[in-house]
Amino acid sequence: MAWETVIGLEIHAQLSTNSKIFSGSSIAYGAEPNTQASLVDLGMPGVLPVLNKKAVEMAIRLGLAINATIAPRSVFARKNYFYPDLPKGYQISQFELPVVADGHLDITLENGDSKRIGITRAHLEEDAGKSLHEDFDGQSGIDLNRAGTPLLEIVSEPDMRSAREAVAYLKKLHALVRYLGVCDGNMQEGSFRCDANVSVRRPGEPFGTRAEIKNLNSFRFIERAINYEVERQIELLEAGGQVVQETRLYDPDRDETRSMRGKEDANDYRYFPDPDLLPLEISPAEIEAVRADMPELPERRKQRFMTELGLSEYDADLLVQVRELADYFETVAQGCGDAKLAANWVNGEVSNTLNAHALEPVQNPVSAAALVQLLVRIQDNTVSNRIARDVFAAMWAGEGSADTIIEQKGLKQITDTGAIEAMIDAIIADNPAQVAEYRAGKEKLFGFFVGQAMKASRGKANPAALNEMLKKKLEG
Amino acid sequence: MAISDSEVKKVAQLARLAMTDERLAAYTRNLSSILALVDQLEAVDTSGVEPMAHPLDMVQRLRADVVTETNQREKYQAMAPEVEKGLYLVPKVIE
Repeated sequence: MAWETVIGLEIHAQLSTNSKIFSGSSIAYGAEPNTQASLVDLGMPGVLPVLNKKAVEMAIRLGLAINATIAPRSVFARKNYFYPDLPKGYQISQFELPVVADGHLDITLENGDSKRIGITRAHLEEDAGKSLHEDFDGQSGIDLNRAGTPLLEIVSEPDMRSAREAVAYLKKLHALVRYLGVCDGNMQEGSFRCDANVSVRRPGEPFGTRAEIKNLNSFRFIERAINYEVERQIELLEAGGQVVQETRLYDPDRDETRSMRGKEDANDYRYFPDPDLLPLEISPAEIEAVRADMPELPERRKQRFMTELGLSEYDADLLVQVRELADYFETVAQGCGDAKLAANWVNGEVSNTLNAHALEPVQNPVSAAALVQLLVRIQDNTVSNRIARDVFAAMWAGEGSADTIIEQKGLKQITDTGAIEAMIDAIIADNPAQVAEYRAGKEKLFGFFVGQAMKASRGKANPAALNEMLKKKLEG
Repeated sequence: MAISDSEVKKVAQLARLAMTDERLAAYTRNLSSILALVDQLEAVDTSGVEPMAHPLDMVQRLRADVVTETNQREKYQAMAPEVEKGLYLVPKVIE
């Protein structure tokens, strides 16, 4: 009899603000230890938290993008526990009244169907510091730079039924927070962290006991960890055992999940409203202000690319993954007047080159205007698509504009039929054997002649004109 | 509502408060009477009343997202018991 997997995901996204959620310290990554830890972050007696406006706006932005309700009134609560990287002995979070509730994200399954994943809530909270356990001989080193960094904790409904669905949801949410500019999604740096709640049950039965897997910092690890955990739970249950509600860590080297030993079961956090913070009230006007300021969301943009610009779903989907890429594409498409040509180049040469250099679209050294100039030269037959790629590589390397490079390297396409004809006549004269074979029926040799012509013209013969002239001449 | 002394011990442990046996009896008594007072308050029907967050009817003011703090690590760490390479050293806590 089959087992059904049930997965819920909790994501902690670090917000891309300039300062911390409750203090004016910088949150820039990579600073020397404790150089970005103010008295408020250190939890010194008497300090008070003051809420960062931008963090609230970002929470609203995310809430709107997932079709959630923005709470007109939400409350901050203290989550009490002791750990060296938590200076106050409590984390300021939101418990009963989160700022965002009841949203959803639609994912595309492998078979192409759409599935709606519910998002129960998203709330604001502060991050803790970092503990370093090596290097200090029986002690741990604490860096509080990260303490107070704004987090948005996004909690899904237990709607996912496989590791694949979980990864699809995660990838979509990851792309969305980056697109909105609320989180940079850097999983290696810890700005986008995922915990997975996994359980199994017989179809139709109530939910089984779940285990929480922490320490998941890549899409691949998440998929493997969930699969391992599902297997583990099924084996356990089939052997007559019980799943224990606990926190487990994923070990990528051994590809297994392990129980976190030594952790006290069910830490009682004793949540209560933080008396140092008043309720956060958000007016409809404020929500509309955030809405007006939002970029066109990926889904709508994709649909517009398809209906208004005639792009395929595949092309449109690729373009809207990163906002800067979609922006770049639109400028290029407008500039050259051919959306399909622009899409081919942006999804092709531009994206491939960015990936090869591990760069983000925003770091693209070839401006949209510069690329337009190159595409116009393809459109007016100055260069062929193939030669244009060489020009693009030179532009990327900073050798100048398309026109400059074409001029300097003499890459202008040969479209002059007289010149092409002369070239073909010479090739035919030089290769009588192959001409005879071709005329006798060996049509595959056409490629040989094209190759000869490309060699003779150093790739500059206009392919269409060449093919037409070649056919005519060979036919005799 | 009475609170048992084992519950008092548990709460003290969670809050990392030292508890001796003689103190335990006193705390249990006092907390029990405080909770009895809370029971009286809870008997009142407040279903139509908005919870009061602040007597002056204020809401949380917001701070502009600007970096205002500078690095004062040396000054702040001068009072720490143990520091090395800019990190606060504490007894190792094993997860």
